[in-house]
Amino acid sequence: MRLEKRAQNSAIALALAPVGALAFTLLVSALLVLWAGAPVGQAYGLLLKGGFGSVFALSETLTRAIPLTLTGLAATVAFKARLFNIGAEGQLYVGALAAVAVGGLHGGSGLALPTPLLFVLMMTAAALAGALLLLGPALMKARLGVDEVVTTLLLNFIVLLFVSLMLDGPMKDPGAMGWPQSVALQDELTLSKLIAQTRVHTGLLWAWTLAVIVWALMRFSVQGFNIRALGANSRAAKFAGVPVTRTVVLVAMLSGALAGLAGAIEVAGRTGYLTLDMSPGYGYTGIVIAMLAVLHPLGVVFASVFVAGVLVGADSMSRAVGVPTYIADVIVAASLISVLVATSLTQYRIRWK
Amino acid sequence: MNADLFANEFFAILANPEFWVAVLRIATPLILGTLGVLLCERAGVLNLGIEGIMVAGAFTGWLAVHGGAPLWAGVLVAAVTGALLGLLHALLTVGLALSQHVSGLGITMLASALSYYGYRVSFPKVSTPPTITPFAEMDWLNVPILAQQSPLTLLALLLVPLIAYVLYRTPVGLALRMVGENPQAAEGQGVSVAALRSGAIVAGSALMGVAGSFLTLSAFNAFFFNMVNGRGWICIALVVFASWRPGKALAGALLFALFDALQLRLQQSGSAVLPYQLYLMLPYLLSIVALILVARQASYPQALMKPYRKGER
Repeated sequence: MRLEKRAQNSAIALALAPVGALAFTLLVSALLVLWAGAPVGQAYGLLLKGGFGSVFALSETLTRAIPLTLTGLAATVAFKARLFNIGAEGQLYVGALAAVAVGGLHGGSGLALPTPLLFVLMMTAAALAGALLLLGPALMKARLGVDEVVTTLLLNFIVLLFVSLMLDGPMKDPGAMGWPQSVALQDELTLSKLIAQTRVHTGLLWAWTLAVIVWALMRFSVQGFNIRALGANSRAAKFAGVPVTRTVVLVAMLSGALAGLAGAIEVAGRTGYLTLDMSPGYGYTGIVIAMLAVLHPLGVVFASVFVAGVLVGADSMSRAVGVPTYIADVIVAASLISVLVATSLTQYRIRWK
Repeated sequence: MNADLFANEFFAILANPEFWVAVLRIATPLILGTLGVLLCERAGVLNLGIEGIMVAGAFTGWLAVHGGAPLWAGVLVAAVTGALLGLLHALLTVGLALSQHVSGLGITMLASALSYYGYRVSFPKVSTPPTITPFAEMDWLNVPILAQQSPLTLLALLLVPLIAYVLYRTPVGLALRMVGENPQAAEGQGVSVAALRSGAIVAGSALMGVAGSFLTLSAFNAFFFNMVNGRGWICIALVVFASWRPGKALAGALLFALFDALQLRLQQSGSAVLPYQLYLMLPYLLSIVALILVARQASYPQALMKPYRKGER
């Protein structure tokens, strides 16, 4: 078996690739639903209805899409420059931690700042915390050649333990009856709701605005060009005068900041305080979203709504027909792999000789 | 607490044979996993699927034994599960030449999700995990420390010289290393790069599956959520630390397990003054430090992470 580059890419094949990938994923998942002894048609119907079928369902999906958009953007920016940041999960948590530190401790740091200023300070701190957490692995990669995949992965575990340490100690909410949760943000710092009676909040507008900004930055700025050049061919980029280390640092700061903001916006928009189970792997799911969006910042907006819908829909479906919620993780992982295969087959053809 | 007391406690821990038994036990899944990663990477392919493959091996091996199969059949099931997931990774990274990073992460996500899903489908209502009778200690063996281990530990130790022999003393081993260093040259010698890389990934992934099964069939007697807990990622770091050599991989895994056992003992000892989370961080921090220490002289297989397409330069 060998691969042969297709002479021309057919537009139809390119459009059909994601559809085929999705169909394949649903087929595989259908077998798993059957294994659990549930009727497939009804299960998928409930999944769709639970994710997108009502105003409430849609509001839950959009709420879930907010952190996913941001971690998806974080992965997109980094992967575009071939900086494999698998640490968005940890960056999200340090972002949330920084937000609580500024906006929650001593009733808002006891800084006695006006609310808008404190809000800006809170978001900046979160972005900076995420950025700095990724800066270490990025510099180790640029200077020492240490693989960033392993270091960012290991940092996720370290950060979670650190968060646990903080929730046991300095940031513990004394009123939480021993429940490991942080002190709450000041009320004035929380984001307002977009739709009354639902959980969807103005963080959605933040996330979508940031997607447009990231897209414009990548598309039109010199830095964006440098980032893309570095990812396309680092040797050629270096030869063409792209400042490699500076660009890697920029990418790391940008990617880490986006993931850090995801954490702060979750705290300010949804929970109000930090717990150890705040993110069910949003950082890792962000990578899937970035790949589903073929590393396009605007595609991330749509991919994250799709993935969030699957996650939310699977939750409500599993309650109704008794299929384990892990079906959502299977669908997300299987769609990642099948989309990769499908897009590769639009560019290459397999010769069986 | 004074320093003397601490030192006394420290030496008391080291003098206790039980401590060294624990070191070897902690090291076992790391040795198996690291050897698995080593095989893949020596052939030029990064396998980030390890974390998920270990989960899948832990689950399927345990499920087989829970269903009535003998323990060794459980290990075999885990190996086959690993091999199948390895085959998928080979299809994606060797067959289709996709990004090894993304494919590996995808396999980790898929394998863990499938395992947890399968666990929940098989045991929908249980609150305490069902248990099995794990491997017994090797009482028949007349070696101190080793007699208190599971036979899987012996298997792991024996695999080290075996894999070293295959890599350095057999034609297949030479070809495998060549494929990881210079696939063009290997192809020129009539070696099939695709076949060798796929074979190495399948074999390495089978070892990762066995590494996972050690957790459910020896170290514990049940399957838990998050039981692999980053051990796979640590193996990826250990291979770099071991500069892709089986003997050094063994030494690295033992050294790592020594620190891990030490932090566990210090955590439980009377003089534990620090929050427990700091002790738990130690293994992950150590892995990063190890990577930094060897960074300068790390000699990566030259073709690692470089997809090979026949006839393309």
